[in-house]
Amino acid sequence: MSESLMAAAGEPNPLVPHTVEIVLGAVVFLLLVAAIAKFVVPRFEKAYAERTAAIEGGIAEAEQAQTEAKAALEQYTAQLADARHEAAAIREEAKEQGAQIIAEMRAQAQAEADRITSSAHAQIEAERAQVVAQLKSEVGALATELAGRIVGESLADDDRQKRTVARFIDELEGSAN
Amino acid sequence: MTIATVISAASGGEGFAPPGPADFHLPPLFGEVTKPMLLVVLAAVLVFAFTYLAARPAAVVPGRLQFAGEYVYGFVRNGIARESIGSEHFMKFVPYLFALFLFVAVNNYFGLVPFIQYPPMSHFGFPLGLALLTWILYIGVGIGKHGFLGYLKHITIPSGVKGPVLAIIIPLEFLSNILVRPATLSLRLFANMFAGHLLLMLFAFGGEYLLFESTSLINGIAGVLSFVMFGAVTVLELLIMFLQAYVFTLLTATYLGESLADEH
Repeated sequence: MSESLMAAAGEPNPLVPHTVEIVLGAVVFLLLVAAIAKFVVPRFEKAYAERTAAIEGGIAEAEQAQTEAKAALEQYTAQLADARHEAAAIREEAKEQGAQIIAEMRAQAQAEADRITSSAHAQIEAERAQVVAQLKSEVGALATELAGRIVGESLADDDRQKRTVARFIDELEGSAN
Repeated sequence: MTIATVISAASGGEGFAPPGPADFHLPPLFGEVTKPMLLVVLAAVLVFAFTYLAARPAAVVPGRLQFAGEYVYGFVRNGIARESIGSEHFMKFVPYLFALFLFVAVNNYFGLVPFIQYPPMSHFGFPLGLALLTWILYIGVGIGKHGFLGYLKHITIPSGVKGPVLAIIIPLEFLSNILVRPATLSLRLFANMFAGHLLLMLFAFGGEYLLFESTSLINGIAGVLSFVMFGAVTVLELLIMFLQAYVFTLLTATYLGESLADEH
């Protein structure tokens, strides 16, 4: 007991604050608070805000890009479908046109063939008629000439008569050629 | 004291002087300036240097130092300030709380830093100064928000209490919320740092004394044990030093939140 009393008397009481320390601690701390409020906190908050903005901006950007991509995909799909449709229509039309062309050509060729055949027939017929007519007139003339010659020659002379006929035939053949 | 007496008895009463409050009062280094005064200023400079360098880049993608700074800042800002004060008003008090947490923590850890090994908060004046600032701040904020009488009513009458009970409640609430708070706030920090440092000194000096001033084998073993305890208490102190800074800051934030609350 006496020891502790002596200790209390001899040693400084730690519970008695020094005014210098109260003031110094408070002032130093307040200066620190002011410095931190001015130079540190705004920068941390700026970094926070920028990070938040960057993240939110990134998300928004990604969303926009996604919608854009989706729209483009839809557009391309639609275009592709259109193109397919169109191609099918064109193919169909071409097929139809081809068939039509073939049919037309066929009809035309048939008509041409018919025309050529009929004109050949007509020509042949005309030539034949001409030949027959010519033959008829020539046969008459020849017959007359032959009869005159036969009458003008002596009937007794058989050989002469035979020669005359042969000569006539030869002439006939020569004229026919 | 009992351990010290045991040790002094075991050492044969040769006069081991156990460390006491006197060991906290070092002679001034120069003029009137003492070691804890210098350390308090050093702590402020270190805290500002660290936070300034960490915050300066303000980069969206933080570097290592900025990340460390933001980690501590976020801990105080979101974990303490926003939780206790509410997301409406907390930003005003973030600089104060952030500085408070780091200032107290760094001052505390001076107690373990080699060659410094002195916690300035074991001088009652420093925690008392901080507690008084907190006291002025939360009362000022309360008066600013509710008016002088409104704040007195707000702080002394819990909601829902009516009738003659108020005669007991009002003085009690006034005592606990206005008068006792700065005392408990400062004493808690002071006593923890004081006792922790005393304990470390005791195990260090005692171990040294037992090992080197005595030839007895038992004393030697006791000395080694004393150093083992020194290590264990050091680890404990690491935790306590952080915890006391956290508690001081958290209570400050809680008091501020209470002053700003609409209902008690």
